Amino acid sequence: MKLEMKDSPGQLVAALKPISEVGGNIIAVIHQRDEKAEGDVLGVQIVLELQEQRLGELLSLIKSQGVNVLRLGKERLLYKQTMIMIGHIMHTDLGDTVDRIDCTGFAEVTELTMVMPAINEPSSARLVIKAVNKADMEQALGILRGVAKEKNLLIIEPLEATG
Amino acid sequence: MKIAILGMGSVGRGLLEMIDGKELGLMVTGIADSKSALMDPDGIHIEEVLMAKRERGYCGDKSLSAADVVERCDYDVLVEVTPTDADSGEPATGFMKTAIGRGKHVVTSNKGPIALHFSTLQSLARKHGVVIRYEATVGGAIPVMHTLEHGLAGNRVLAVYGILNGTSNFILTRMAAEGLTYEQALLEAREMGYAEADPTYDVKGIDAAIKLVILSNTIWKRNVKLSDVTITGIDMLTNDALRLAEDQHCTIRLIAEAIPEKGILRVAPRILPRTHPLVVENTLNAITIDTDMAGEITLIGKGAGSRETASACIGDLLFIKDSHARGN
Repeated sequence: MKLEMKDSPGQLVAALKPISEVGGNIIAVIHQRDEKAEGDVLGVQIVLELQEQRLGELLSLIKSQGVNVLRLGKERLLYKQTMIMIGHIMHTDLGDTVDRIDCTGFAEVTELTMVMPAINEPSSARLVIKAVNKADMEQALGILRGVAKEKNLLIIEPLEATG
Repeated sequence: MKIAILGMGSVGRGLLEMIDGKELGLMVTGIADSKSALMDPDGIHIEEVLMAKRERGYCGDKSLSAADVVERCDYDVLVEVTPTDADSGEPATGFMKTAIGRGKHVVTSNKGPIALHFSTLQSLARKHGVVIRYEATVGGAIPVMHTLEHGLAGNRVLAVYGILNGTSNFILTRMAAEGLTYEQALLEAREMGYAEADPTYDVKGIDAAIKLVILSNTIWKRNVKLSDVTITGIDMLTNDALRLAEDQHCTIRLIAEAIPEKGILRVAPRILPRTHPLVVENTLNAITIDTDMAGEITLIGKGAGSRETASACIGDLLFIKDSHARGN
């Protein structure tokens, strides 16, 4: 989620305070004077993690502090993992492999790069999976491991996946 | 301090050369290879034995065997550096038990007995008031056991990660650097003398898993076995897979990993950023120890080689000499 707000003294603190009140986690605060802006207008972008159902509450709290929310961007799937898959990826129904992750509702395959050297030779693919949070990512990985076992595919996971 | 050495392969020979060339206060009173043995309570002339081995292929008296040295020779420490038998750990385990039974310390580079019979050997050693040290079994020259035991004393170890097999690391390095196929890189590893004629243990991750078992049992004393390790080797890897990783400033390495709290004990190829401390090149080994006080400590060094393994064995021998041995 990104916010932009107009500035007057004390407003940055006023805008940040409600975030912790609704249980949000601030990831970054980008504080830059906008050259084009007139007077004392200040653009501030805030990246934060928050349960979706509390967003409305947060917005009204921020507004009640006299801060204007100019823009709001949402990214639902915050966790990203890249893995590599080796084997007969196409012929073991790639659509199904991707579907098993996508149909969970909490994780999606968002990128797939595949190299197919020759017929009957194993293909290699790089998958990017995004998930709502770390626990969901673990669950998605578990599903993928199961699919890989069933279809005799080799999954190469990032080291950070479990560490 | 008197020592008897079993095994005159590259490790045994390297060890003898170093002992001969350095003033370490170690006297060799017994040596055995697979065909012969010799003993001398006043100290064996090492240069002569090395020459005999080089010229005629065996070291001593063919009517004597390793068992004679273990049972009858006058020594303080038995140095067991014969090749690993990962299935039974024999005959090395038997020799070690006999030596311990005689009240002798043991130093070994042999992974089989330590991976298979660690708790038995440890409790036997404790009973007889001696120690068994095995620095050379994991990570070659890297002093990981000394680091765990002394440098990180008092820490709780949360996890270990490592590149514990130089051969597979060499193959992966070459696949990534030159775009070689697995088969080409394996061939090159053979030509360089890094891979055995039968590379199964290295490329299927078994060697790394055996070392992971040794590390785990040293740290957590939970008596895990090779069959407890989930193992995936590198023999199915494609150079396309490496390229897909490299495109993202990452690479693939065979990582051995133990995190008891999560029930993880596995060896598998993994994707790592190229800047990760465990990404070492060629035959190097690397071990990261994650602890409660010190945080992460990563050790990098040569994982194999005659002098390198000798370094680990000598570290053990001198530790025993300084802290345990009677009547130096």
